[in-house]
Amino acid sequence: MSQKTCECQESKCQNSDIDCATVKQMVAAHEKKPASLIPVLQDVQQEYGYLPREALDIVARGLNLSVSNIYGVATFYKQFRLVPQGEHLIKVCHGTACHVAGAEGISVVLRSDLDVEDDETTDDMKFTLESVACLGCCSLAPVITVGEDTHGRLTPDKAKKVVSKYAK
Amino acid sequence: MSKTATDKFTVNINGEDHKVEPKTTILDLADDLGIKIPTLCHDPRLKPFGACRLCLVELEGARNPVPACATILGPKMVIKTDTERIHAIRKTIIGLLLSDHPSDCLTCDTCGDCRLQEYAYEYGVREADFKGGELHPVRPQESDPFIGRDMSKCILCGRCVRICDEVEAAFAIDWTYRGFETQVNTPYGESLLDTTCEFCGLCVSTCPVGALTEARSKGKHRVWEAKKTLTTCPYCGTGCELELHVKDNQITKVKSRPDSLNHGNLCVKGKFGYDFVNSPERLKKPLLKKGTDFVEIEWEEALGLMAKKFAKIKSENGPDAIAGLSSAKCSNEENYLFQKLMRSVIGTNNVDHCARLCHASTVAGLAISFGSGAMTNSIDDIEDAGAILVIGSNTTEAHPIIGLGVLKAAREKGAKLIVIDPRGIKLTKFADVWLPQKPGTDVAVLNGLMHVIMEEGLADKDFIKERTEDFEALEKLLPEYTPEKVEEISGVPADDLRLAARMYAEADAASVIYSMGITQHTTGVDNVKSIANLAMLTGNLGRRGTGVNPLRGQNNVQGACDMGALPNVYPGYQKVAEEASRDKLGKAWGCSLPDSTGLTVVEIMNAAADGSVKGLYIMGENPMLSDPDVGHVEEALENLDFFVVQDIFLTETAALADLVLPGQTFAEKDGTFTSTERRVQRIRKAIKPPGEARSDWQIITDVANAMGDDMAYNSPSEIMDEIASVTPSYGGMSFERIDKVGLQWPCPDKDHPGTPVLHVGKFKRGLGKFHPVNFKPPAEEPDAEYPMILTTGRLLNQFHTGTMTRKTEGMDEVGPIASAEISPKDAKKHNLKTGDKVKLVTRRGEIEANALVTDKSRPGIIFMPFHFHEAPANRLTNPALDPIAKIPEFKVCAVRIK
Ligand code: SF4
Ligand code: SF4
Ligand code: SF4
Ligand code: FES
Ligand code: FES
Repeated sequence: MSQKTCECQESKCQNSDIDCATVKQMVAAHEKKPASLIPVLQDVQQEYGYLPREALDIVARGLNLSVSNIYGVATFYKQFRLVPQGEHLIKVCHGTACHVAGAEGISVVLRSDLDVEDDETTDDMKFTLESVACLGCCSLAPVITVGEDTHGRLTPDKAKKVVSKYAK
Repeated sequence: MSKTATDKFTVNINGEDHKVEPKTTILDLADDLGIKIPTLCHDPRLKPFGACRLCLVELEGARNPVPACATILGPKMVIKTDTERIHAIRKTIIGLLLSDHPSDCLTCDTCGDCRLQEYAYEYGVREADFKGGELHPVRPQESDPFIGRDMSKCILCGRCVRICDEVEAAFAIDWTYRGFETQVNTPYGESLLDTTCEFCGLCVSTCPVGALTEARSKGKHRVWEAKKTLTTCPYCGTGCELELHVKDNQITKVKSRPDSLNHGNLCVKGKFGYDFVNSPERLKKPLLKKGTDFVEIEWEEALGLMAKKFAKIKSENGPDAIAGLSSAKCSNEENYLFQKLMRSVIGTNNVDHCARLCHASTVAGLAISFGSGAMTNSIDDIEDAGAILVIGSNTTEAHPIIGLGVLKAAREKGAKLIVIDPRGIKLTKFADVWLPQKPGTDVAVLNGLMHVIMEEGLADKDFIKERTEDFEALEKLLPEYTPEKVEEISGVPADDLRLAARMYAEADAASVIYSMGITQHTTGVDNVKSIANLAMLTGNLGRRGTGVNPLRGQNNVQGACDMGALPNVYPGYQKVAEEASRDKLGKAWGCSLPDSTGLTVVEIMNAAADGSVKGLYIMGENPMLSDPDVGHVEEALENLDFFVVQDIFLTETAALADLVLPGQTFAEKDGTFTSTERRVQRIRKAIKPPGEARSDWQIITDVANAMGDDMAYNSPSEIMDEIASVTPSYGGMSFERIDKVGLQWPCPDKDHPGTPVLHVGKFKRGLGKFHPVNFKPPAEEPDAEYPMILTTGRLLNQFHTGTMTRKTEGMDEVGPIASAEISPKDAKKHNLKTGDKVKLVTRRGEIEANALVTDKSRPGIIFMPFHFHEAPANRLTNPALDPIAKIPEFKVCAVRIK
């Protein structure tokens, strides 16, 4: 990680991989008002793939909000991730069509196979598992996506096999 | 017709007409009338929220029922609080809540104190009636000190989130996720220790169910088994009311009632810092030093020995070879007896206490300006101020509940907040303007404010003319203190100074709050006089919301001063030097009293070091941590012929004594404390003392009698009656009268209602007197050898020398230990990170502390709390004294990082 350039040296960010100058710049790029929060969080997520705790500290100082408040907002919206994302993001569709076609079974198997809950990342940082709403290809139900790839007409077993291909 | 009478209007509630004031809610009225309306999301400390809908009532003309807690009454409204429809709605709400609530009442600690349980019973709702919906599976998290969280019991009323934000301004918890998943949580679900939580426990106090609880009370007793005793907090001078819960002689929980002066709010010390009372380390028997060890002895032997030793010193060296330190932690009755013992039995005025180290400058400075040395206004006045100037007071940490009042005034009531403090304390975050002065330059800053006020024509000419004298002298002094010059001296930007001056002077009512940041300087009295000048210049005295308000540190430091535990005054500040008072008290006490002024704390230590004081009696103080230059104090104490300490623990000081007497805590005795707002309040016995510990008033009586006197009191109440008879300002006090809320002095007679605001219409001394003061630099300034400034103070979660707070399990965890706060810039220069050991050196000595890098500290300034024996800041501080008040300069000395 880059040499720390920050002056604040708060104990929390001293021990992390977050470069606070980068985050400060993201904050500075927006107006200093609470309404800027969501765009700033989007930028942070873009950079790190998720919202690191230490980055939230810096955003909080910058926008004069509390971390708890920001966390509340971040959890309110599905788009924000609070843990580092694995190499492959698995989205299991739970839209109506997929739900009827057995999406829950797929989730159950993947959770146990990868030993994670929804929104968690495997210890080897390979996979992050999510449940999402309709992915827009209902004719293929039930559907999952792994990264950019879409896989349809799955059974729990097939889903497991699909995922295992990415494990290499 | 008076204004309020015209504003009132009539409403009808449950068929009866009532007159109400504007802005009354339906719930307010119902509460006044004793009509019960169930509520879950309402707390009078919070803004109306209207979320739970349990308080719905019928409003004639409205199609749907309205929430009583959030609906303001209007003229001619007709309300019914308990119709069949309402009853049914409430039943459904309670049922729905119960259906998603674990049936845990049998083991829940809140059982018996739970709103949901209470209403389920009242409305006859059985859980089974609604079962079948989805349940929240959140598991309890109990890893935090003090606060137990079991979110499966949460009914999402939001009171905890709102109180943490609206009242405490800590913002530690918030709503997270949404819909069915909604949950109250910390960021990332982390421990409260990693958040901004201040462990005030307000969230626990407001939670209507068992979701938030006092963690360490778990399993200790059922709610109804506890014996409850109302008393007063033993920590700071705010004087919050506590309700001690006791089972099997153990304090198991502390609460505060919503109808108390502090509205049920407490800080972490008052709420959770009670372990010291039941600590196994409490002293249980008198201890005598044999060689280097202590052995337990009987009371009779201890008292006999003490009498014999003091008699010997007195006969050989005269009474002034004996000195006593009384205690701001002990009750008024005890302080009164202590000084009476020293003066009438031993025969010396050598009696002082730690007020010397905190507010002697206040007593001296305000007495000559106004004629009375106490806080002029009341705590709840602050909310009526249009501007609040906080100088040298870290209010939210040192007087947390007064801090809440300041925050409320600034955040909700639109008061302008001006903070003058070298450190970026919490209040600066809410301030309209923050003036970070270089430590020790307060007089310059205050003169600068007055300069601007004069220049811009904002002075209150009528007030100056009618109520003050010697204004001309001040007028001559001010012109040279231009904002630019003040900036040069203090580092405060000239324009900010101007802004602050206008804010303070333009408000209808402006209050100054200050504390040790003002008093603990060699220029302490000068600082206080300057504040008095500022308030008089703008006419900000003698009305609600105004005043000069010194916040007193210890729970009873005000009382200890009032009781004359000072070398120059008797109870009620009657002067030793005046023959009339000497005669009056001599007559009351049946003796003739010495006429020479006694020695102060630091002078006593010096006299002990040079051998002129040979016997010392210390009650409940710990100068080995609290006094400046403790290296010197230790030598002095070692040099005494006979040294007695009376305390609840074997403190650093007691360890040096020849004889140690076991005293009692506030929870074991009756008596009174006087809070910083001059309010005399009760403490009440809640538990039995450990072993043979005796109450301090009892011990003093025993000592007096062992020395041949005949002091006989049956109870502290009798002592208070004697106090009232000799102390004009306490003339109307009695245990009976102060039973409920206490009384504020002056209260000269039995019919007097007490005095919330001093100097109304007329100063105590007649005219207020201006004292022009020129800026003088601190005794020690940074130089090449010691290039930085060290300043000392307190932390929220610790108190004084830690004798009480540090005995509480968990207390050390919730704040830094033995820390030295240092700015990021200086940290970089010295290559320090938080947690690193840092060696600090001054001309007095050196210590090692834990670096805490924070932008609260500004470059060039190091802050250290003085609570920790691991890093006793007072090995470093400068004992240089204010020439009048004899207060040491704790707040500034030169230091270097080694
Ligand atoms: S203890 Fe106080 S600061 Fe901490 S979460 Fe509760 S209300 Fe907030
Ligand atoms: S924890 Fe208690 S106070 Fe907080 S929302 Fe839940 S029930 Fe209400
Ligand atoms: S503010 Fe002071 S009196 Fe109130 S609870 Fe805290 S320490 Fe006790
Ligand atoms: S419901 Fe799964 S893709 Fe639409
Ligand atoms: S108490 Fe009124 S809506 Fe909750």
